[in-house]
Amino acid sequence: MPEKRILLKNCGVIDPRDINSYLAHGGFQAWEKAQKMSPDGLVAEIKASGLKGRGGAGFPCGLKWELVRKEPGDEKFLIANADEGEVGAFKDRYLLQGDPFTLIEGMAIAGYAVGAQKAYLYLRAEYHHLLDGLSNAIGQVKRKGFLKKLDIEIREGAGAYICGEESALMDSIEGKRGEARYKPPFPPSKGLWGKPTIINNVETLMNIPQIILHGPPWFCGMGTEQSKGTKLFSVSGDVEKPGVYELVLGSSLKELLDLAGAKSVKMVQVGGATGGIIPYSMISTPLAYETVLGSGAVTVFNESREVLDFIHRTMEFLAEESCGKCTPCREGTEVMIEILGRLATGDGRQEDIQALEDLSHTMMVSSLCGLGQAASIPVLDTLRYFRNEYETRIKQSVFLRSFRGLP
Amino acid sequence: MSTVQKAVSLTGREREGLLGRLKEAQNKFGYVPKEFMAETAQSFGLPISEIYGLATFYSFLSTRPLGKYVIRICKSIPCYLQSAEMIIDSVAKEIGIRPGQTTADGKFSFELTNCIGACDMAPAMLINHEVYGNLTPGKIGEILKACK
Repeated sequence: MPEKRILLKNCGVIDPRDINSYLAHGGFQAWEKAQKMSPDGLVAEIKASGLKGRGGAGFPCGLKWELVRKEPGDEKFLIANADEGEVGAFKDRYLLQGDPFTLIEGMAIAGYAVGAQKAYLYLRAEYHHLLDGLSNAIGQVKRKGFLKKLDIEIREGAGAYICGEESALMDSIEGKRGEARYKPPFPPSKGLWGKPTIINNVETLMNIPQIILHGPPWFCGMGTEQSKGTKLFSVSGDVEKPGVYELVLGSSLKELLDLAGAKSVKMVQVGGATGGIIPYSMISTPLAYETVLGSGAVTVFNESREVLDFIHRTMEFLAEESCGKCTPCREGTEVMIEILGRLATGDGRQEDIQALEDLSHTMMVSSLCGLGQAASIPVLDTLRYFRNEYETRIKQSVFLRSFRGLP
Repeated sequence: MSTVQKAVSLTGREREGLLGRLKEAQNKFGYVPKEFMAETAQSFGLPISEIYGLATFYSFLSTRPLGKYVIRICKSIPCYLQSAEMIIDSVAKEIGIRPGQTTADGKFSFELTNCIGACDMAPAMLINHEVYGNLTPGKIGEILKACK
């Protein structure tokens, strides 16, 4: 299955500063079509399309919309999650830069479908350089009269990885520290200020106009059983051509790596800091919700890279970005750093592997949100595929200590 | 209205503007001063600890004065794989301070940051809000010289 430009079709083609350029390329035709449909009909279309969230968690989009649609009450919110903080992810930046109008059109349709009058576009602070372009695009859409029913406000973050997590993001909009909330209740019933709220990733929302325009059967025609449509991948690391690639879901990792020019691959991390690790021997793994996907961040490591060095740095990142609300994540990531740190510096102990595995399972079942729950995925994956590197470090450490007369 | 009354009347939505207020202070003063935190706490009817909690939670807010130009070099894995360490060293050499410090003249602050979403241009950094990518030690001098 090859590259297919559906989400990227306007990037580099239209002038992102001029709505007329977007209109000349079929812009807002989906919105016109959507207005002739009922909100329930729109929700049904998205449900039938099988579209799943593109931010990492992969929740069925139509189902989320339906939950919000069915909630009683006049006040509902729509949030576009542009807090792309995942390590190695930059596809939303690319979309926001190259085609802000499709996002706004997707938001207009989503707002109408779920009955939201107010929308927030939550933009991470690191993407402040995109703010003017986005404000300009929203202003132009408004002046053309496409946003009569939805008020879109851009809300900037202030630097916090955790705010990409939906409940932390809502706390941040509310003017609080971005800390994950206890769930349930989930955002569709009690979200922003306790009101029904839909939070969709930028890429998810940008799929909406295409689905409305071409219909669910067209969308379902691409991909696998559980993974419909195309997906953007942000490829970086040891590759010749880092960048954003759009592939039909179910395409193999190898196809993607060939496009990006990866050589002497040792392993690939798919899905950012907490993403799964694919060793070279499994390079033909399909990229899909059934296997490995996440947000589509793909970081490539060549044979010169040390697993323990990578995993230690990754854990330092996660510990730094843990919001600190729940103990398993706050303390667990710190203890992991301690163990991985001594392994990385050649001071490992025999019992370290067991300790890492035990702690991993505890964090997975008892952490409050995705950060702590998934923090140990790369640890467990590297222990599975590169256990020898851990064992060698431990053997070396024990040997070195014996010289110093230590146990 | 007393602070207590204000706190009681707070339905939760009033503090929506709080983060924005702190960011304004950050832009204006280069940090969020103690006095500002105290005033903000009073006007929002919140304890100072709440404001301090916010100011120390977000990495783009600071409780100590930052320089005119804040250099944030990305230290996350994709940049690390493209030798971000060399860029960190060359910035340190160029301005004579280590990460976490501000030059005595108040011109530069030097920070390390997590992924800034510029991995396709790794190694990358932000100076204030501008992105600089595909960095080499050779480019650093030139970029920093342009900061007047």
